Amino acid sequence: MTLPTWVPTIVEAIYFIAAVLFIWGLKRMSSPRTARTGIVWAGAGMAAAIIVTFFLPGMHNLGWMIAAIVIGVVLSWIVGRRVPMTAMPQMVALFNGMGGGAAAAIGAVELIKFNAALKLVPDTSPIQPEAWADVAGRLGTTELVLAFVGVLIGAVSFTGSLIAFAKLQGWMDRRFVFPLQRWVNLAIFAAAVVCGALALAAGIEGHAFEWGLLIGFIVLSLVFGIAMTLPIGGADMPVVISMYNAFTGLAVAFEGFVLQNEAMIIAGMVVGAAGTLLTQLMAKAMNRSLGNVLFSNFGGGGGAAQQEIAGALKPIDASDAAVMMAYAERVAIVPGYGMAVAQAQHKIWEFARLLIDRGVKVKFAIHPVAGRMPGHMNVLLAEAGVPYDLIEDMDDINPEFPNTDVALVIGANDVVNPVARTDKNSPIYGMPILDVARAKNVIVIKRGRGKGFAGIENALFYADNTRMLYGDGQAAASELVAGLKTLDG
Amino acid sequence: MITGFLALYIFMLAAFTGYEIISRVPVILHTPLMSGSNFVHGIVLVGAMVALGHAETPIEIAIGVAAVLLAAGNVAGGYVVTERMLEMFKASKPAASQSAEKMR
Repeated sequence: MTLPTWVPTIVEAIYFIAAVLFIWGLKRMSSPRTARTGIVWAGAGMAAAIIVTFFLPGMHNLGWMIAAIVIGVVLSWIVGRRVPMTAMPQMVALFNGMGGGAAAAIGAVELIKFNAALKLVPDTSPIQPEAWADVAGRLGTTELVLAFVGVLIGAVSFTGSLIAFAKLQGWMDRRFVFPLQRWVNLAIFAAAVVCGALALAAGIEGHAFEWGLLIGFIVLSLVFGIAMTLPIGGADMPVVISMYNAFTGLAVAFEGFVLQNEAMIIAGMVVGAAGTLLTQLMAKAMNRSLGNVLFSNFGGGGGAAQQEIAGALKPIDASDAAVMMAYAERVAIVPGYGMAVAQAQHKIWEFARLLIDRGVKVKFAIHPVAGRMPGHMNVLLAEAGVPYDLIEDMDDINPEFPNTDVALVIGANDVVNPVARTDKNSPIYGMPILDVARAKNVIVIKRGRGKGFAGIENALFYADNTRMLYGDGQAAASELVAGLKTLDG
Repeated sequence: MITGFLALYIFMLAAFTGYEIISRVPVILHTPLMSGSNFVHGIVLVGAMVALGHAETPIEIAIGVAAVLLAAGNVAGGYVVTERMLEMFKASKPAASQSAEKMR
């Protein structure tokens, strides 16, 4: 099949338009009113870029290509459609890892082709110019360096994201630590870099490198991604996923340079930069630095020095709790990830509407890292139909807690733990929290006496003005609704 | 042909663009936006297609197929997940009055 000579120009033009649409789409996604159309624009750009790629000159293996695309698209489309909203963070991790793996694989293919061509050149020093010219045209020094770096970053993002996925999905123990772990990880990383550097140095000088070096480089990079993610606790996973998202973006940009593909360079770099900033914002919302997340063993050991919490847990039953809120003036509902797991958000919203009908002023108080990622809880509440003007951010609602008659905490734990303000020895000390403890009364819906994600006792539960409503989130919410309805007769 | 410094300029400008887009985003959109940028780097599919399209030996083809498969998953999954999240973002005020009316 011969294509007219103007086809590559059209392809380039479409790539350009796609890059514009990606940036435009991301821009629209940064405001709630336009977000919906943003993804559609970006999607249109993506579809166009993919279709025109088939018409690039000299493309082979089209059968394989179409089969792989169809299988990949159909499988992840189905999975992406079916998963519940609570599982969104791990889905982002999974799909991000796939992108990182793809970028690493592209780099691997290019390096294999380059080295195979080098092997055919007689290995003389200095190199014979005529024999070398043909091979050197394939990958210059910059391309070679970026190909290696892209493989490293992409491979780390690939296996690291898969571990993050497995942890959030609950397939793996949350943390895996052993003595000298940091040094072992450093050694793995150093070994990967040495393999890569040796192969790279040979390649730049025009000598073929041993296949073992390339294989070792790729395998060690993959292992490093696993080793780096294993010791990180589940609570820190969103930050890590966001970081791997930026990694994949960078890997895509670098491999885009190797392939001389402008759309990949621009889209990859935009994501790399945006992802880096997003990672910082998330880390800040959790009051932790990125280095802290990656290299400290959060919540590990050392619990002995923590202050003992005095007091007892005081239970309350659902009908009393319902009455308390029915006659309150202001109620703040503080939802956490536990509410979403129990699928209680619809019932809670029904309860809130009944309260609003009675003239109670109801607000939802959202901690920046409620849920599993910043903004995750807003998505979950939006799914239940809670309108935005009832949802308050931490900074807006905190001054209102002293005027709040009842704060209803459901499925939240660490983000309302006053220990974060008072106990310097606590692992969560310094984390910004919702000032629930300052409300006149606090009702905590909780399944049992377990600890939160960070594994720390919660002083709020023992406070004098706190009552515990034990039960599954959804069942407890239903009982509250029933309690209100009997009041109305 | 994009060479060293031209590439550096593109890298630099694209990085600033990405930084600027995100810098004023409200916290409520962090998760969807992360998912959205996850979709955008799905452009790696185009590169995977090029790599597979020029692969010759069986090993190159095998790795190329893996690249296309993974990248296709990234694109489709990233789109669906982002779209599902953003679908639920309704305008605040009208939604409030509507639901207030709906609740009997």
